[in-house]
Amino acid sequence: MADVASTPAIELAHVNRRFLTPNGRSLTALRDFSMTVGRGEFAAIVGPTGCGKSTTLNLVTGLAKPSGGEVRVMGQEVAGIDPRIGFVFQSDALFPWKSVLANVIAGPLFRKVPKAEATANAMDWIQRVGLKGFEHHYPHQLSGGMRKRVALAQTFINKPEILLMDEPFSALDVQTRILMQDELLQLWGRDKASVVFVTHDLDEAIALADRVFVLTSGPGTVKSVYEIDLPRPRVISEIRYDPHFIELSKLIWNDLREEVMVSHGRERAA
Amino acid sequence: MTIELSQTRVPSTEPVRTDKEIEAAAEAAVVRRRRRVLAYRLALLVLLLGGWEVAGRIGLIDPFFFALPSQIVMRIVTWILNGTSQGPLWFEIWVTMEEAIVGFLTGAVAGILAGIALGRNQFAADVFSIYIRIANAIPRIVLAPIFIMAFGLGLPSKVAVAFVMVFFVVFANAFQGVREADRAMIANAQILGASKWDVTRSVVIPSALSWIFASLHVSFGFAIVGAVVGELLGSQHGIGQLIAIARGSFDSPGVFAGMVVLIVVAMLADYTMTAIEHRIVRWRPAALSDAMSD
Repeated sequence: MADVASTPAIELAHVNRRFLTPNGRSLTALRDFSMTVGRGEFAAIVGPTGCGKSTTLNLVTGLAKPSGGEVRVMGQEVAGIDPRIGFVFQSDALFPWKSVLANVIAGPLFRKVPKAEATANAMDWIQRVGLKGFEHHYPHQLSGGMRKRVALAQTFINKPEILLMDEPFSALDVQTRILMQDELLQLWGRDKASVVFVTHDLDEAIALADRVFVLTSGPGTVKSVYEIDLPRPRVISEIRYDPHFIELSKLIWNDLREEVMVSHGRERAA
Repeated sequence: MTIELSQTRVPSTEPVRTDKEIEAAAEAAVVRRRRRVLAYRLALLVLLLGGWEVAGRIGLIDPFFFALPSQIVMRIVTWILNGTSQGPLWFEIWVTMEEAIVGFLTGAVAGILAGIALGRNQFAADVFSIYIRIANAIPRIVLAPIFIMAFGLGLPSKVAVAFVMVFFVVFANAFQGVREADRAMIANAQILGASKWDVTRSVVIPSALSWIFASLHVSFGFAIVGAVVGELLGSQHGIGQLIAIARGSFDSPGVFAGMVVLIVVAMLADYTMTAIEHRIVRWRPAALSDAMSD
């Protein structure tokens, strides 16, 4: 038992991932990619566009299979979708034809939780994300920030031990984004799931994470890993002005910039 | 530059008005516009029908072939008051509607089921796609004579024509709607714990629904076309039969009167479809003016 608990939550070992493009060409998204995320750890992945950030998440969910190497979740090799995983998408993945309540309750109902229990639980989560009174609204009647809250409630209600987030706040305006980041840290602070947070926003990564993984421009592999030793609990709106935060930000940006330039140059050439 | 701007702006400012006044003015403008559109529509109708009537009476067009609006109106009035040569007008309308409705319902249900089943199964879709394209290339209406030979002059042959008219349209749209279902949304449902059937039921079908509805809308019109064409080719009752009889006796007002009845029926059916659609697909964003009222 003890050694099961001591295995890392997520382990990617020498993973390769190749795609076939629609015109039949093979494209390498990840090459010799290795990372581990400990239990209860908040890891962030940053990298230039098209470096395979999202691919890593798809591998962990089991929605995609590695072409080589191994992906383990809680010590077991990934085979299919693990029920302990929660995923928050970049795009709006809410069901537009379901009300807020029906969206939040969807997970428990898919998982065969009795309806009464699921409803009580969903109402509780709706209140926790500050949407009490909006249970019967449809997503199109809510603002972008409110929709993201619904998405968080929808994911957290399943009590995921592993939380994967794919640029979840990138579509929000700056003020709303900061509010949502604070909210995420509070929700996470309760149950301490293991998080992999993919973003292209370096400041966001530093503000939220325990460790930041910088990827090379595609094919992606881990270029360097930075420990973020800023004390918790953190307040996002203030931490940006912390001298140590700025120091870290400069340090990691120097590293990231090269990759961004490579990726940018490649895009212009294409 | 800024000085110039403020100078040009200040004199052009109207006397300060409250929001209420602005809203009232806007509403009045909307009402006025709506009335104007209506007036022009009526004027156009009068002009067309009047022109037709006059042209027929002074011999510019031959009323023997093209009838006169007044004759058509009189014919419809006679039909309503005294019934048609085949029986009461309402019965004839009902016969056509029954054929169209039965053909529409069976065709739509079959089309939706087949579209979803095939849309969810990539291999079956690849196998069938070529045959579907072939079937689509056949002008379905030419099947009508075969159906009349096979199923006789009664209801079944007309239902069969309406069915094939409806089936392919609904099928194609249901299939497309299923294929267009948002990938992120499907992945989200799967990670939340949905089984394959859950995904079909609570993601794929709802998102295909707007495609399906779009097709239902047009295909009810097709069902009526199918029923009427079937009746034209051979039947004992129905509006198509009325038109066929009128044509047979060189009775052009009768042909036109049948067409007018069809137009009225088709438009009523269209309004009903729209109303049903609004009831079922409630989650879609309403038009701005609606959103403001709730």
